[in-house]
Amino acid sequence: MDANTQWVMSGTALLGMAAGVVGVLALLRRRALMGDVLAHAALPGIAAAFLLTGSKTPGPLLTGAAVAGVLGTGAMAAITRYSRLKQDAAMSLVLTVFFGLGIMLLNVVQRMPGGNQSGLDKFLFGQAAAIVPRDVRVIMVLAGALCLLVLVFYKEFKLLAFDQEFGAGLGLPMGRLDLLLNLGLVLAVVTGLESVGVVLMAALLTTPALAARYWTDRLSRMLPLAGLFGALSGVAGTLLSQVGPRMPTGPLIVLAATLLFVVSLLAAPHRGLAARLVRMARTRAQVRRERLLEALYDLSEEAASAGLPADVTVADLERRRGLSPRWVGPLLERMVRTGVVERVRAAAERQEAWRLTGHGLAEAYQVARRERLHLVYLMHQAEIGAPFGPEVHPQLEPLLRLHGLEPVLGRGQPGEGVG
Amino acid sequence: MALPAPFVIIAVGALAAGASGLVGSFLVLRRMTMLGDAISHAVLPGIALAFLLTGSRAAPVMVLGAALCGLLTAYAVQTLQRAGVQEDAGMGVTFTALFALGVVLITAFAGRVHLDLDHVLYGEIAYAPWDLWLVGDVSLGPRALWTMGAIFLLDLLAVVLFFKELKFCAFDPATAEALGINVSAFHYLLMTLVSITTVGAFDAVGAILVVAMLVLPGATAYLLTERLSTMLALAVGLGALASVLGYLLARITDTAVAGAMAVVGGVLFALVFWWARRRRRG
Repeated sequence: MDANTQWVMSGTALLGMAAGVVGVLALLRRRALMGDVLAHAALPGIAAAFLLTGSKTPGPLLTGAAVAGVLGTGAMAAITRYSRLKQDAAMSLVLTVFFGLGIMLLNVVQRMPGGNQSGLDKFLFGQAAAIVPRDVRVIMVLAGALCLLVLVFYKEFKLLAFDQEFGAGLGLPMGRLDLLLNLGLVLAVVTGLESVGVVLMAALLTTPALAARYWTDRLSRMLPLAGLFGALSGVAGTLLSQVGPRMPTGPLIVLAATLLFVVSLLAAPHRGLAARLVRMARTRAQVRRERLLEALYDLSEEAASAGLPADVTVADLERRRGLSPRWVGPLLERMVRTGVVERVRAAAERQEAWRLTGHGLAEAYQVARRERLHLVYLMHQAEIGAPFGPEVHPQLEPLLRLHGLEPVLGRGQPGEGVG
Repeated sequence: MALPAPFVIIAVGALAAGASGLVGSFLVLRRMTMLGDAISHAVLPGIALAFLLTGSRAAPVMVLGAALCGLLTAYAVQTLQRAGVQEDAGMGVTFTALFALGVVLITAFAGRVHLDLDHVLYGEIAYAPWDLWLVGDVSLGPRALWTMGAIFLLDLLAVVLFFKELKFCAFDPATAEALGINVSAFHYLLMTLVSITTVGAFDAVGAILVVAMLVLPGATAYLLTERLSTMLALAVGLGALASVLGYLLARITDTAVAGAMAVVGGVLFALVFWWARRRRRG
């Protein structure tokens, strides 16, 4: 890896880190698209700064961008505050009007002697590959300032993100803190504009933060994690751009960040989709098992009270309880292996039948009892008032007897077989 | 018969603004205006892929690719939302990823071929009068006038036909669901209209003006009235007004027409905003 690539890599990694950290706060404030808006809104500032100073050095241009960003933030705040338009409309309005103005100013710049667009249009699409040591130093200072800002105002920003009213109640100036956060966003956008461009800066502010959200529920862990993801995206994107001759670094950084997000979305423990699917499958299996046990219990009880053998067929379960034979069959087979039910007529005969074992009956009794208590609870919910749970069982038991719903089969006689 | 150029430009702008104003009003009501911005960026890989696969820069191929990408964005945002991602963040991730993919595709594969990124983003409404639709040797007039006219009529037809359903879905999705309206079908109908309008207007007026016209007339009209039908009519009217004044501003300052129309739309909004605020204060 040559020295140039190393500079690019350290620049994009730092940028990704800072944007990730600030992006977390924006995300939690439901301002994920703010970066996009501010990045577009910076354009007239850049063009105006060039018109005023005639200089293409980053100093004046970034100042112009920052001023435009602050103006845009103010306009958004005014629109949501003084009209019935919502945040999204305020953001779109500022984005398009500022950007339109920026395009007009760029046209003016283009017609000026020596003002051809080159040098200005890289602010639109970014030129990560052109990062030089001086840029890295600028990025380092700005990224450090951003991280310091978040660190110093960590508690205040936490309140801003999660419980604004409480913060205001504590006497904190929440409005000014919000403005400070927006300034942080402007700073991040201005830092990144030159290297990754308008649109792709929005990605760095959103995607790493969103990816980090999947791994933790704690802000203290989410912030460094988002910084890490942002830095990783920067490094990965720079490396990827080395593969081919015409691979643009900025977009590849965004794609790397997106990949990180997709992996997090799918594979993160607890919040990830895979973990959720596993949880859902487990819950479904448990619900099915309980429904089957309850049905077996009810049908056995009915047969026993009529003096018939307590055998249950799959057809009964489907016809009388609406349980699909597709899953009932395999589940019964599994329950045979765990000793919950036994096969009383072999599969070779026309009607395969099943019966609860003593062990199974004891479990089914518990399930049926809870279900019936719940049924009675629903009938008398208004009188009881409290939510359903073991605490209200004593209140429900007399009602259960009153309705004649008390389960009798297998009561208090575990292991004695079907009566 | 050749139409005067200023007339064509203003007419194309007004049609684009009218079409966008119609669907944009619903986006304003549903608080989804940023979706226009997202879709307008996300269509880039569709345009690039359509070009790479067919090697043709013919408008229908590109519009098809772009429209599919627009719908994909709307669908992805919806899916992510169902997977627990907040809507704005889902939008941000989807459109930036697709845009990045588009830029990579264009620079990596189409770099030597002239596929003008600037043109896609800024459009050049100023060339509209000279881009004629030729059938054989017969000129049927400016192509953009036909595309935008067709899209405007399509949007108008959809809004008139499904006015009640769209209204219910915009104001009270829960009640709409209870009344037996297929809310998600109408969501995708609206998204399809937004995609088609955005994409169709690209070629003629460019991305900036599309995004501007999706939000500006709707948001301005929203401040002026409480009735949806009035709001829609006002949005179309304001769009047309912005188009005329924007053209004049561009002529005076000699700058891009699309940018000027967006700025004029912004000024109109600021005036209405100031007026509505004064009226509310009493």
